[in-house]
Amino acid sequence: MTKIAVLVKQVPDTNSKIVISGDSVDLSSVKMVMSPYDEFAVENALRHKESVGGTVTAITVGGAGAEKVLKDAKAIGVDEIVRIDCDSYLDSNALQSILSSMIAEGGFEVVYCGKSAADTGAGSTGPGIAEHLGWASVSNITDSNSEGNFTVVAPLNDGNAVIEVTLPAVITCDKGNTKVRKPNVKGIMQAKRAQVDIRACEVPTSSVSVVSQSLPPAKPEGKMYEGGQSASEVARLLRDEANII
Amino acid sequence: MTNTIVIAELNKGSIHSTTKELVSAAQMLGSSCTVVVPCTDSSVADSISSTSGVEKVIVAKSDIFANYDASGWASAIDSVTPEGIIIASASPQSKDLAARLAARRKVSVVQDVVAIQDGKLTSPVYSGKAMQTVSMSGNAVISVRQNVFDASPDGGSAEVSVIDASGNVATAVRELIARASARLDVSEANIIISGGRGMGSPDNFSHLEQIADTLGAAVGASRAAVDTWDDIPHSMQVGQTGKTVNPNLYIAVGISGAIQHLAGMRSSKYIVAINKDPDAPIFQHADYGIVATWEEALPVLQSSLSAMM
Repeated sequence: MTKIAVLVKQVPDTNSKIVISGDSVDLSSVKMVMSPYDEFAVENALRHKESVGGTVTAITVGGAGAEKVLKDAKAIGVDEIVRIDCDSYLDSNALQSILSSMIAEGGFEVVYCGKSAADTGAGSTGPGIAEHLGWASVSNITDSNSEGNFTVVAPLNDGNAVIEVTLPAVITCDKGNTKVRKPNVKGIMQAKRAQVDIRACEVPTSSVSVVSQSLPPAKPEGKMYEGGQSASEVARLLRDEANII
Repeated sequence: MTNTIVIAELNKGSIHSTTKELVSAAQMLGSSCTVVVPCTDSSVADSISSTSGVEKVIVAKSDIFANYDASGWASAIDSVTPEGIIIASASPQSKDLAARLAARRKVSVVQDVVAIQDGKLTSPVYSGKAMQTVSMSGNAVISVRQNVFDASPDGGSAEVSVIDASGNVATAVRELIARASARLDVSEANIIISGGRGMGSPDNFSHLEQIADTLGAAVGASRAAVDTWDDIPHSMQVGQTGKTVNPNLYIAVGISGAIQHLAGMRSSKYIVAINKDPDAPIFQHADYGIVATWEEALPVLQSSLSAMM
């Protein structure tokens, strides 16, 4: 019985516009969804369970509003859903401390997560918790195979490689050619009734704090041309004005 | 002043030019910059020891640096790296290493830094739709985007020491898979030419490839193109669910400029957009916009560029 964990995070829908109010991002009118790469993590975790047996537990950190992504994971087929109750700002070390102690206590053998979350784009959580736990980690995988020795496909040097990983390990997932399954009606009904296991945690001190958020500086207006012949003028500007060619 | 340690970025067995940009970033954060060079052959370090601002070079020599293994590299590099603020490149591999090094030292990591002012660090968040500035107390590990800071000039003579490093490797390479195409990857390129669904069919990407060959550029694609055509692999996708790129020049052809595409390329130094729709949002972000079909514009662009090379 392999105990598999998958970490999921709620982020603004990637098609939404980000607005700033005061000196921070205002997410009050933004639709929240599961971070896109986490969907591939859920899929890899479910495939792992299907080939070796075991359970998949989806874990998120956040307030009650973050439970929707757990229900979404439940509808696709995870067994348990856990929310670590913490709604305050956490820097990378604080977040990883909370998650790694939860994973150590839970007796998990493999942890999947997205290669990065669509809000921070940092990609620090997977490798960071692996280091906290003293585990192996492979990031940005595009495929995994848990029949026999556990292997993943990940970028290495100039190409990709099939890499054998000694468990326990943390695996962060890229899209690759992975097709994610969609929830069926039965799954959605089960997810509605499913109980979220809510865990309290001690919030460690953060040494990095957010000073401000702002929109990126607007670009000066560019030069517009009509018709394909103007491409020669643009090529000249790339050489003479931009000094690129 | 705080000690700063730059982890040299290696590419195909030599030190990548972005390492000198990391040295500039280090000088904004503290003094006495040490460069740690993880390598299998200590001669690669010669190129960095004469860089202005570098006081010490620590060559960490080990066979484990032949192939990336996150835990092995983190333990080996940690063992030779002094206390201080650690600065690495924001390449996918080095971001991963930065996260592990930070966790190993129980400090936090700040990724994708594009500006440093008064000790505060600014990075893009929400895939570049917003910028976030953070302050740090004590040491941290940070990763810095390429092409943002000026390279530190030549003109130094650092003391070089070679240390045999070791770490426990937890992964084993079983098989190398050659990349489907021999082309430059978008994440490594200084110039990118990308096509969208406006290219009409995947076969027409050959016109982008011709220009890419002339310029030494990589070919990218929008999500719409990748989702529509099986022949356009996800590895080419630029955007929020693909690769985030920061080249000197980005040429968008037949790409309307959906929010999620802009998120992956808007910080490019120069943007050229070619689109037949004058109202395409991509034009609001272009330095040079051409309202034309790709059939009209690309042959002219190709011949003009060829004449300049």
